[in-house]
Amino acid sequence: MPRIFAYIAHKNGVLDDSAAELAAAAKKIDRGTAVTAIILGAGPALDAACTEAERVYPELWKVSGESFSYPNAELIRQALMKIVPEGSITLIAHDHFGIDLAPGLSIKLNAAFVPDVTSMQPLQADSLQVVRQEFGGQVSAHVRCDVSSGAVITIRPGAFNTGEVPAAAGKVVDKSAEVGMLSAGRRYLETIAAETSDVDITKHAILVSVGRGIQEKDNVAIAEELAESLGAAVSCSRPVVDAKWLQKSRQVGSSGKTVKPKVYLACGISGAFQHLAGIKGNPFIIAINKNPKAPIFQVADVGIVDDVLEFLPELTSKVQELRAVAAK
Amino acid sequence: MEILVCVKRVPDTSENEIELNRAGNDIERDELVYSINEPDNYAVEEALQIAAKTGGKVSVVTVGTEEDEEVLRREMAMGATHGILLADLAFEGSDGRGIASILKACVEKGSYDLILTGVQAEDGAAQVGGMLAAMLDYPFASLVTSIEVLADKKLKITREIEGGNREVSEIDLPCVLSIQTGINEPRYVGMKGIRAVQSIPIATYSGPDLGLNSAQVGTAAAKVTRLDYFVPVLGKGARFLGGTREENAQEVVELVAAKGGLK
Ligand SMILES: Cc1cc2nc3c(=O)[nH]c(=O)nc-3n(C[C@H](O)[C@H](O)[C@H](O)COP(=O)(O)OP(=O)(O)OC[C@H]3O[C@@H](n4cnc5c(N)ncnc54)[C@H](O)[C@@H]3O)c2cc1C
Ligand SMILES: Nc1ncnc2c1ncn2[C@@H]1O[C@H](COP(=O)(O)O)[C@@H](O)[C@H]1O
Repeated sequence: MPRIFAYIAHKNGVLDDSAAELAAAAKKIDRGTAVTAIILGAGPALDAACTEAERVYPELWKVSGESFSYPNAELIRQALMKIVPEGSITLIAHDHFGIDLAPGLSIKLNAAFVPDVTSMQPLQADSLQVVRQEFGGQVSAHVRCDVSSGAVITIRPGAFNTGEVPAAAGKVVDKSAEVGMLSAGRRYLETIAAETSDVDITKHAILVSVGRGIQEKDNVAIAEELAESLGAAVSCSRPVVDAKWLQKSRQVGSSGKTVKPKVYLACGISGAFQHLAGIKGNPFIIAINKNPKAPIFQVADVGIVDDVLEFLPELTSKVQELRAVAAK
Repeated sequence: MEILVCVKRVPDTSENEIELNRAGNDIERDELVYSINEPDNYAVEEALQIAAKTGGKVSVVTVGTEEDEEVLRREMAMGATHGILLADLAFEGSDGRGIASILKACVEKGSYDLILTGVQAEDGAAQVGGMLAAMLDYPFASLVTSIEVLADKKLKITREIEGGNREVSEIDLPCVLSIQTGINEPRYVGMKGIRAVQSIPIATYSGPDLGLNSAQVGTAAAKVTRLDYFVPVLGKGARFLGGTREENAQEVVELVAAKGGLK
């Protein structure tokens, strides 16, 4: 049985949600295995993160150093190369940091790489079978991975239920000396905070959210009219921002805003996980899409198979009718 | 600056409904519309804009078959001066590491200051760029949303991180960057532009040309194998409204009023 490690991400001493999810994922590979957490950082933030991680992991390898006060994947990869034993399985969250760190790490450890895994079967000898999605979640695939020389696996955020992770009282092993001084060809300078704008989509109870299905910049007005009649705001998926039809501050998703409306109208949005990652608080989701097989219908409460360009104006006129009746 | 951009031809998910084939072991490929992988197109545009400022040429490369030449031509019509096709039956069944190994061999045949990939292929996994960098021992950055050329062989880049925040770094050349959509506005390419580059020869290399053997690439070398495709069942699924457009709209208004409250 290969040793299993989990890379623990934290920010200012607070663990990322993935910390517990990676422990849950490890249990799928092997129920009985003792997973070791690896955590890098500096100063009091690292200590605080370790204290939290000890509750989830029976063993914790910590590496402390000023150069790890900000997580630079180029440095962290080198640190992991020094401490992760050959043949191990290393679990990392599939987010902006995992995408930066993990593929190169697999090469450096001469291990197999399986990205963005959403479920796993127990390890059978050297073979691990997992599920991952392709084509924006329209289809899934069973993938087999030969772990005989180890593996680096990135885990889809939110895909593994942390309810089953038992409490632990971890012991901390300081690995800092084994890592030593490192330098990288990429140096962190600063973080620029997301732009804000007049409309704050995180504060609205109803969102009319448009995706690539809105087709043209001019058609965004159709959604604006509906939103206005509903007292709602217009939000969107990423391609709408990429095409400069709406501002970045309107984007919902992992690289955009996290919203918590009561009602979310998904109009011409396919339902990719990076988009769904930004919808929290279990809103009532109404999806309008011309493709009955669009993944959005799997998570929506109500679905309408129709052309958004036809359906939204109809909806607007119904809202106006309702308001006219109410006003009488 | 000499720039190499790795590009891939993929089924276009905005043009196709991806479905399983009859046997259920692959997607139905018969009527698929293919196009250039979206972030790869942004990467080519970015390379062209950098080359326009610094001088130098942009080359585009793909690992594929003759059918994939069409995306090379498309990117050449945008302004890339060299197209390179890496094709060999022995490449079939390569996993991400295999593709990166083939691209590495191609990089080593030339002399590039900067290598760009897309963040992720439609049928991929956001892995090839990072693997290629590690194989070359070049610095790497993923999810890049801006590039500024600095003096003395350095770039200032921003990466997209959570919540729309951006991380700014400095990176040494040569390096590999994976480019995120939205970094620029890719120029338009018409049929006329593509016809204009139709007769430019495309350099084609096989495994032996690149000094690769079957222990490094193809099915035999793959540690990761896709067994089949299937359509996932998540959650209970939506209740579909089956009325006329007007009836459906009426029901939606009532639902919104009940669940969200109309102010
Ligand atoms: C690292 C990373 C971060 C990302 N972050 C985000 C993020 O924060 N937010 C985000 O949204 N995406 C994000 N993405 C992109 C994400 O993977 C998807 O590509 C994106 O969400 C797709 O947007 P869409 O649904 O609007 O477009 P598509 O997937 O192209 O879907 C368009 C849908 O519209 C339907 N349609 C077309 N025409 C009509 C019509 N006339 N009427 C009705 N329906 C129609 C189609 O059937 C289709 O389902 C990210 C990707 C990466 C790699
Ligand atoms: N067969 C290929 N030929 C050339 N470049 C590729 C190929 N496959 C992937 N890439 C590049 O690597 C990026 C990431 O792909 P992937 O890791 O497969 O998601 C793509 O956007 C391309 O730039």
